[in-house]
Amino acid sequence: MSEQHHSHDLPFWRKYIFSVDHKVIGIQYGISGLLFLLFGFCLMMLMRWQLAYPGQPLPVLGNLFSEKFMVGGIMLPEFYNQLGAMHGTIMVFLGVVPLAVGGFGNYFVPLQIGAPDMAFPKLNMTSYWVYFMGGVTMIASFFVPQGTAQSGWTSYPPLADIATVGQTMWLIGMVFLITSSLLGSVNFIVTIVQLRADGLSFFRLPFFVWAQFVTSFLLLLAFPPLEAAGVLQLMDRVAGTSFFLPSGLVVAGKPLTVSGGGNPLLWQHLFWFLAHPEVYVLILPAMGIVAEIVACNTRKPIYGYKSMVYSIVFLGFMSFIVWAHHMFLTGMGSKMSAFFQITTMIISIPSVIILTALALSLWGGSIRFTTPMLFATAFLPMFGIGGLTGLPLGLTASDIPLHDTYYVIGHFHYVVAPGTIFALFAGIYHWYPKVTGRKMSEILGKIHFFFSLIFINGVFMPMFIMGLAGVSRRLYDPMQYAHAQPTQPLNVFISICAWSLGLAQIPFILNFFGSLIWGKKVDRNPWESTTLEWSAPSPPPHGNFDHVPQVYRGPYEYSVPGQKHDFWPQDMAQEN
Amino acid sequence: MSDNLIRYISKPHPVTGVTNAKLGIWCFLASEVMLFGALFSAYILLRTGASSWPRGSEILNVPLATLNTIILITSSVTMVMAWASLAMKEFSKYKRYMGATILLALAFLVVKSFEYGHKFEHHHFPATDTFYAIYFTLTGLHGLHVLGGVVVNTYFLFPGSRMWEHEPEQFMGRIECAGLYWHFVDLVWIFLFPVLYLL
Amino acid sequence: MTKYYGWGLPYNASAYGAEIDRLIYVLHVFMILLFVGWFAFLLFTLFKFRSRPGHKAEYKHNHFKAPTYLEVGVALFEAVLLLGFSFPIARHVRALPPKGEAMEVRIVAEQFAWNVHYPGPDGVFGKTDIKLIGPANPLGLDRSDPAAKDDITAINQLHVPVNKPVIVRLSSKDVIHSFFLPVMRVKQDVIPGQNIPVWFQAKASGNFEIACAQLCGLGHYRMRGFFIVDEPDKFSAWLAKFAPKVAAPAPATAAAPVVPAV
Repeated sequence: MSEQHHSHDLPFWRKYIFSVDHKVIGIQYGISGLLFLLFGFCLMMLMRWQLAYPGQPLPVLGNLFSEKFMVGGIMLPEFYNQLGAMHGTIMVFLGVVPLAVGGFGNYFVPLQIGAPDMAFPKLNMTSYWVYFMGGVTMIASFFVPQGTAQSGWTSYPPLADIATVGQTMWLIGMVFLITSSLLGSVNFIVTIVQLRADGLSFFRLPFFVWAQFVTSFLLLLAFPPLEAAGVLQLMDRVAGTSFFLPSGLVVAGKPLTVSGGGNPLLWQHLFWFLAHPEVYVLILPAMGIVAEIVACNTRKPIYGYKSMVYSIVFLGFMSFIVWAHHMFLTGMGSKMSAFFQITTMIISIPSVIILTALALSLWGGSIRFTTPMLFATAFLPMFGIGGLTGLPLGLTASDIPLHDTYYVIGHFHYVVAPGTIFALFAGIYHWYPKVTGRKMSEILGKIHFFFSLIFINGVFMPMFIMGLAGVSRRLYDPMQYAHAQPTQPLNVFISICAWSLGLAQIPFILNFFGSLIWGKKVDRNPWESTTLEWSAPSPPPHGNFDHVPQVYRGPYEYSVPGQKHDFWPQDMAQEN
Repeated sequence: MSDNLIRYISKPHPVTGVTNAKLGIWCFLASEVMLFGALFSAYILLRTGASSWPRGSEILNVPLATLNTIILITSSVTMVMAWASLAMKEFSKYKRYMGATILLALAFLVVKSFEYGHKFEHHHFPATDTFYAIYFTLTGLHGLHVLGGVVVNTYFLFPGSRMWEHEPEQFMGRIECAGLYWHFVDLVWIFLFPVLYLL
Repeated sequence: MTKYYGWGLPYNASAYGAEIDRLIYVLHVFMILLFVGWFAFLLFTLFKFRSRPGHKAEYKHNHFKAPTYLEVGVALFEAVLLLGFSFPIARHVRALPPKGEAMEVRIVAEQFAWNVHYPGPDGVFGKTDIKLIGPANPLGLDRSDPAAKDDITAINQLHVPVNKPVIVRLSSKDVIHSFFLPVMRVKQDVIPGQNIPVWFQAKASGNFEIACAQLCGLGHYRMRGFFIVDEPDKFSAWLAKFAPKVAAPAPATAAAPVVPAV
């Protein structure tokens, strides 16, 4: 209780480091998430050198790496595999989700529902620091002998069971990250259910809040099986058990002295039971952000809001029963494969409804092409490509030649990279004025947008061609297989686009920090938006609102006939 | 300075009928169901895939586990009595019942350590075979949850109990939530016991 | 000289490959048409409703019927894909040919090689024992077993006759691998502790390759094997050449690290 009253006389370390204010925690998550995204991106840029020019020494940077990773600047297979495993892990668990849920969710859910903070502020702070510990563990794992995890972000046993020490650190890191997510998800659910302002019924919630709500259920219920699996793999590695090790294994000519009797597929089931809902955790907040920005920049309500809400709830539910479409080639019987193909086809329906509703929301609007709107609009076709290319993968027969190829990498990156990450950029440009009281530069924003859009397509579109050609994922040297050699020029093209994409982020980084000092100062509602966060000061103080908010209408009352202004804030009592 | 404060910390929400903490603990318990559910599923998959699987009653100490079951169920009763004592505003009774709950939980752990010790003496470790692996993992994780409960309950018996003096309703709510967690830990054992020891 | 690999699906040497290729083709035509149409509509909308002076947004609009029809159409199309394509193709691909008709071969994957095991003229696979595994005997074949005397083993080369069904029984010594024959549209995860059969029938002869399609460690990228489809007489000649000359059982050697042939 006392935290709610005396923030102005807290010492520095309690105000900015160990703060229980959701906005400070949101910024902590946001900055950490962005830094990890950058780090994960750099790992990929290293991989792209080896893929474009296999066996060639990396100029300049190659000398910075120890013999553990590069010999004479030439990447070792162990380092390539480590980069691959950690790129995936860091981007998903340390980058995107902390930014999308921990950052945007923490900062804006309480504001959009008119609450003073999250339901459990101390728990919120704990979540962040547990995540931080997970991040430290993951980064530290690079520095142990023989390096970090190198069995893919999927850590399939027996390979992961017999891998080097770094894998154990990965498992410990995952336990921290999963715990952080679980604590956070409890906070989000209770906050959204209990702390909505008076008059804010569920069907008056901004779609962003619905998205975070469903996401939190996915995190709450899907992560524990992975935690269990992580414990089992730790037991295999540290206590000598054989949960995932069948009898009769012979590694490097020597029979493995374990009890046996385990099953590698047990890991896969437990892993994918989380990891499929996890991909919806990656996309749902992004859809929420896009909805907010589209409504605001078309000056009209979202089309099909109710359908979108029903769809997102149905999507959340369905996401729990599609997981084995990642396992079609593990020797599963026809009944199981039929079940998962059917559920996978069904789950495409709510996704298409949401995408269509967002696209149709543009019809009849008065579209302002601000930087956030450019990113939000681009999300639509990019997510469309990602979703469509899931179709050949979701059908067993076509999955046979495409499974574990670059087709899969192209598919999921389209959804997460020009999909989710574009939506996250849109969110940053859109909400930066609320957090800082200043606007970001439109010119730098548009440069960032156009070059990112061009180069990101340059990176991922050719991957479908490579996948159709049969080029497998996770190949340290693509030139060893005859079927992979003809597409090697595409590897060079992709790498050049990837490095250019990296350069294209420089305007963003300059804009992000520069605008703190030189950005145009704005008042509470520079975008003339309707949702509650724009009624609070920029930035909001401790407790968020001057008075307890009262809500009178839905979230997207733009261009209401008979009103003087083209937006009618949710908490405005009188006529506008 | 904002007059906007977090609501429903002590008083329940008019529509949902629960306080924030109560909804929170139910959500947390849902995730725990998924955690132990995953481990039970692992048990089923491993057992059905095994060429042979021992009968728990032949290898494990059923009498000791039965004793532990009685201990844990009793501790759930004392936990409820602790909460009920607060409802009747009898703080000293609350302390006695909470103390009893903690002691019973510690007794559970002591009995468990005897069980484990006996197994280790006879060179039965998690690495011995998959039955022991899942036995130690399931009961070990459950034991950690018991220990966690002991830590929380001890906090509520000693430093945390000072909240009773100025926020009795909120404190009672906390004990109710701790009770829900404790009943869950008990419930997991009630599944563990027959599955591992009897089947 | 036929080009086997390029940009796009590899050369199809598989009797059932055409069915899979047709499904992939149909899907891509559908995806491209749908996307191009939808994207064109999106660009049109963005242009038509761009903000400009005198142009106001509409608060309420009619419920569009077209997207509902489109959604129902997509759902029906997915049902067709499942019932008309994926289910029957998967059934066909899974249905092993009767034992007498097909040539049987075992492949035991390891880090980083494919150990190929033919049953020989007697058609019976000889027993294997992991205790017998050694550098000269990666399969652990027990040559003292009568059925094993005529077994043929090879490393990283799978020879099959053309126009005859082949059943490959897959297992792994160590970690999960994935047996991938690009030209046959065959891909099957190889899971330690399991014995998973996969079948195919080559309709054209040639020198192709085996690839590993599941990360299996440091040598995953070079776990390449030769997959050679021969005319029947060439195939028999190869078998005869590789048949064991000496019938004596291989001595059980102390296990030493296997250096895989790469």
